[in-house]
Amino acid sequence: MLYREALNKAIDEAMAVDETVVVLGEDVGLYGGSYRVTEGLIARYGEKRLIDTPIAELSIVGNAVGMAMGGLRPVAEIMTANFALLAFDQIINHMAKYRYMSAGKITLPMVVRFPQGVSRQLAAQHSESYEQMLSAVPGLIVFAAGDVNYAYHALKYAILSDDPIVFIEHELLYNKKGEVDLNAEFDPFKARIVKEGKDVTIVSYLKMVDDVMAAVPEIEKQLGKSCEVIDLCSLNPIDFKTLESSLKKTGSIVVVEEDHKMGSYGAQIISWAAEEMFYSLDAAPLRISGADVPIPYNRRLELASIPTPDSITEQIVSWAGNNGI
Amino acid sequence: MNKLLAEEIYYDMVLGRLFELAAKEHYMAGDIAGFLHLDIGQEGFSVAAMKAFEKGDVFTTYREHVMAISRGIDPQAVMAELFGKASGISRGRGGSMHLFDPSHFFYGGDAIVGGQIPNAVGCAYARKFLGQEDGVMVVFGDGATSGGAFFESLNNASTKKLPLLFLCENNGYAIGTKITRVAPFEKQAKKAEPYMLTMEVDGMDAVAVYKAVKEAQHLIQDGHGPVFLEAMTCRYEGHSMSDPGNYRSKEELEICKAKDPIERMEKVLHETYLLSSEQIDTLRQRAQKVVDDAVEFATAAPEPELEELYTEVFCKGCANVVS
Repeated sequence: MLYREALNKAIDEAMAVDETVVVLGEDVGLYGGSYRVTEGLIARYGEKRLIDTPIAELSIVGNAVGMAMGGLRPVAEIMTANFALLAFDQIINHMAKYRYMSAGKITLPMVVRFPQGVSRQLAAQHSESYEQMLSAVPGLIVFAAGDVNYAYHALKYAILSDDPIVFIEHELLYNKKGEVDLNAEFDPFKARIVKEGKDVTIVSYLKMVDDVMAAVPEIEKQLGKSCEVIDLCSLNPIDFKTLESSLKKTGSIVVVEEDHKMGSYGAQIISWAAEEMFYSLDAAPLRISGADVPIPYNRRLELASIPTPDSITEQIVSWAGNNGI
Repeated sequence: MNKLLAEEIYYDMVLGRLFELAAKEHYMAGDIAGFLHLDIGQEGFSVAAMKAFEKGDVFTTYREHVMAISRGIDPQAVMAELFGKASGISRGRGGSMHLFDPSHFFYGGDAIVGGQIPNAVGCAYARKFLGQEDGVMVVFGDGATSGGAFFESLNNASTKKLPLLFLCENNGYAIGTKITRVAPFEKQAKKAEPYMLTMEVDGMDAVAVYKAVKEAQHLIQDGHGPVFLEAMTCRYEGHSMSDPGNYRSKEELEICKAKDPIERMEKVLHETYLLSSEQIDTLRQRAQKVVDDAVEFATAAPEPELEELYTEVFCKGCANVVS
């Protein structure tokens, strides 16, 4: 199954079990979603539940907040992370705060989902990542779907949950293939150990997990050590338990993220390691991030602005040398 | 309007005025902090709108104490909220600007100018979807009608023919700036005209506001789609307690106060419903007692426990935080 099909299946099944689930966004209905995530759903559920909206993101989220107040379970799709900026007032001032400000009198069972990150030459206004800002907002749960299984289970969970959840996808993952495991118990708040290892813990999320996995054979070959790769999955709250046991085993931590380095999400993980895990560390923590520039259009420059399997390998090997790993 | 309702509206207006005066006094005394936006001068508008839109959901702004009380929320719980106490309607979390009570179909209490309008649009969609026909009313000021959230909402509500009443309280000032300095016209209904039926009412006349809101609610319930109703009002105080309101001349304020909605309603009670001065005095005394009790209750109410800090960030059992 493809990642976008897994997302579609999650929405489809949630809509089938709960008639109050509605989907709203630009091109989500007749068009089937700009990444085909909502394809076919309008035929099954009608336009009352697959709501095509104008290109007005503030209202997509603002209306979803009101729908949740009024008794529905809205799933708002924003076409890309950069457009979500127009809805940040609604996400941060309304979606995240009504429950706390009203002392629990208002509950917002809603999801805002959008893809983010560098795709292929979409330039600076269609390529950014905002997990750092949204994970810093108390009152929001933030999931980041890095694989097909998580995409399905976590989105279905999010839609049927009573909390406001930001569900982040990646531009380049929609055609990723994978299996959905319907038998295993699933906890969307739990980090995923993608590969076990004993010498270096590499923490990542979204598409960078794939890039790390692509780099790992070469890293292991050059270092003669084994890497443990963790996909964080839930960016807020963070599954520190899984991180802690990995870090205690390996004594080291590397965070790989696509976002700009300044004020990045990964800095939070490094900060946790320095504050809470200092005496378990045998090496200085390493953060591999994107460049602090608006994402350029030119392919060569674009690739130079984010971590790639080659640059990840190079930086980890060099760091290992400096830290005696 | 029958006599009982007229009395009720008058009583709520007086209650609102006295409540606001008490809030002002206790703000000055330091019992109430933060931003406090008083509704003095606009009680007729606030009360009549709530009474007329009896059933249905209400979304409003940070100038909402009088509306909340008139909606049926206990004045003691409102005053305690202003005092930031645990017995407040939002248990001291929200303060003056964030009063919520879904059991009275009252959805705040939003302090982002215009931010509640798209929420009301969504709620109207939900109510229509669920087959509930009372409709939704969203109250906002003239200042909000220049923002994007307002225009997006006009577009969406009219496209979907939602049962939504846009109720604009036009007091002529966007915070401290005269509306005509930042908008091309004095009456903001013009902005809504291409999208929906617009109506205007004298917001200082409670009876007229009541009738207009009733009429508008019937229209939105009849599948007419959204309606925009603009009420021209005056607020006597500054935008909030931190605004001395120096941008208005004494003369302008005097003209304002000559239209006092409470005095007008009192006249209606006398002339149309033949209430005696004694009967009116009794209503006033009853309201004063309620306000005094509310202040007493708020003063004595306990501070929130420190454990409250982390409660209700998420639903119980939802944010299954990994430990």
